[in-house]
Amino acid sequence: MSQSNIHAKIRSNPKFAELVGKRTRFAILLSLVVLVPYYSYMLLVSLQPQLFAGKIADGSVITIGWPIAALLVVGGWLLTGVYVSRANGEFDRLTEEVLKEARK
Amino acid sequence: MKRSITALIAGSLLAASFAAFAGPGAIEGVEKQPVNVSAIAMFLVFVVATLGITKWAAGKTKSTADFYTAGGGITGFQNGLAIAGDYMSAATLLGLTSMVYFKGYDGFIYAVCFFIGWPIILFLIAERLRNLGKFTFADIASYRLDQNRIRTFAAIGSLTVVCFYLIVQMVGAGQLIQLLFGLEYNTAVTVVGILMMVYVTFGGMTATTWVQIIKACLLLGGGISLMLLTLAQFGWSFENLFTKAIESHKAGEKLMIPGSLMADPISALSLSLGLLFGTAGLPHIMMRFFTVPNAKEARKSVFYATGFIGLFFLVTMVLGAAAISIVGTNPAFFEGGQVGGKLIGGGNMPVMHLTKAVGGDIFLGFLSAVAFATILAVVSGLALAGASAISHDLYARVIKKGAATSEQELKVTRMASVGLGIAAILLGIAFKDQNVLFLVALAFGVASSVNFPVLILSMYWKGLTTRGALWGGIAGLVSSVGLVILSPTVWVKIFGNKAAIFPYDHPAIVSMSLAFFVTWLLSVTDKSERAKREAAAFEEQYIRAQTGLGAEGAHAH
Repeated sequence: MSQSNIHAKIRSNPKFAELVGKRTRFAILLSLVVLVPYYSYMLLVSLQPQLFAGKIADGSVITIGWPIAALLVVGGWLLTGVYVSRANGEFDRLTEEVLKEARK
Repeated sequence: MKRSITALIAGSLLAASFAAFAGPGAIEGVEKQPVNVSAIAMFLVFVVATLGITKWAAGKTKSTADFYTAGGGITGFQNGLAIAGDYMSAATLLGLTSMVYFKGYDGFIYAVCFFIGWPIILFLIAERLRNLGKFTFADIASYRLDQNRIRTFAAIGSLTVVCFYLIVQMVGAGQLIQLLFGLEYNTAVTVVGILMMVYVTFGGMTATTWVQIIKACLLLGGGISLMLLTLAQFGWSFENLFTKAIESHKAGEKLMIPGSLMADPISALSLSLGLLFGTAGLPHIMMRFFTVPNAKEARKSVFYATGFIGLFFLVTMVLGAAAISIVGTNPAFFEGGQVGGKLIGGGNMPVMHLTKAVGGDIFLGFLSAVAFATILAVVSGLALAGASAISHDLYARVIKKGAATSEQELKVTRMASVGLGIAAILLGIAFKDQNVLFLVALAFGVASSVNFPVLILSMYWKGLTTRGALWGGIAGLVSSVGLVILSPTVWVKIFGNKAAIFPYDHPAIVSMSLAFFVTWLLSVTDKSERAKREAAAFEEQYIRAQTGLGAEGAHAH
């Protein structure tokens, strides 16, 4: 079977549209979950640094800025786990089905 | 033949380094460091082990696919460690801890900026990269565009970033070894350059990957052990650690809040754009995605890499903060014993002094060996990326139009590795005494303004044409390099002018926007036949990017 025939079959398979749609939406959503807090943080750090001066507890010297920055790092990593578990499961299953049906 | 050359180079290297340690060169210099026997011994163990790996890898490296991508046989976990290894350079260890040591919380902001690109790489780039690429990032940039022009340009973009990054690593190597071994800066840089050439030339991606994996484990293990030893000194209390830091630092309480580094919002935005998207445009990082067999493993690589990198950054924050009170109040670590004066070995050394203070000479020896190994591993990855841009892109595809045999291409790539090694040595010597972390940011500025726009647009935008990509890339390259030259750090501090022409140290906000704008403008106004063909070719590329169709066979010989 020719390459272009396979391409046409993949294109017309509703599962392909489903795969692309779901994955694109998911990737954009997760990117926003990372980028919106990150850029808010960068803007506040720059314009309102005193917001980060509050202490984590009464009598503590540690400001809330430290755990907030650590949270950006740890949270970013956890989100990669969320993406990988869905992509390596649901999205890869869909991809395999699309490819299998196109090669029939 | 290969074996004997390796043995010869290794032998003469060891002899040369021993001679240098014992020779009169070691006695010169104002603050001569005592020869650290354990550091030298541990480093030699690493060198011998990695040369053994290189010999083994050389036996496995027969085709171009073996050389560039280890035959695509690296697992997601191994690749994750190797990516983390590529990213956790000695410059990051020394630079980030030193930033926290001097600037407090600002160092943490910097670390977050360096980190945040990784999740985005996974969500938007990693699997498409794996599905579309074969050996280099230019494979993707030129997938449906003009092979000569776009490939040439992408290769130049890669080489520029590789060179900047190489300078950073070589300068770090020189400084570190000078301090720890009492060895001449130039000799240290030469040793690193020669070992790098041996790894890359004979062992290709297989050797480079394993050197990187071993080093990543050593660096993480060493960093975490050091952190635990340090925390024990503060009674396992962060409260205690920070209280002492505030007492010891001249900035006092200001240490704990965002300071001058990010005071200008445009400067902060420019820095964050450069680091975020520059990470995605680093050629040696992109190349790592072609060493795994499929998109599934590519995703896993980023998950593991992100975890290791994040952990490492958090560890460096603790080390930097702890160094403020432990190193900053101990006259033994200052030139002439003057607390608050110049640190022995330079501003990048707080973490090494901390190691000596809490772990003694043996631990300092271990961490020095690890830091040296780190530099070797990172320069090897860089040299491989640079060599592949020269041999795969420029030689095999552009000059020979794909007609070069595997043997010819391998020969050229090995010659290119040697050439890059020599260039690295010379550049390392030329850039002595520059701030290491600033040079990293420079490499990121170019990566984000030259490599990233063409990469992301070629994957996502059907309308991208050769004309747009080429002029957009040129605009990004000229503006990013030009603006860095006109920036305060280069124009004022290096050239000695009174005022900077461009007020920000990080060019990305202007250069990246300009690159995207020019690419867009010259693509949408491109009404040529070629532009139509390129748009029509997007369909096939799109399906391959989404499903991996056709990518499975990319590594067949």
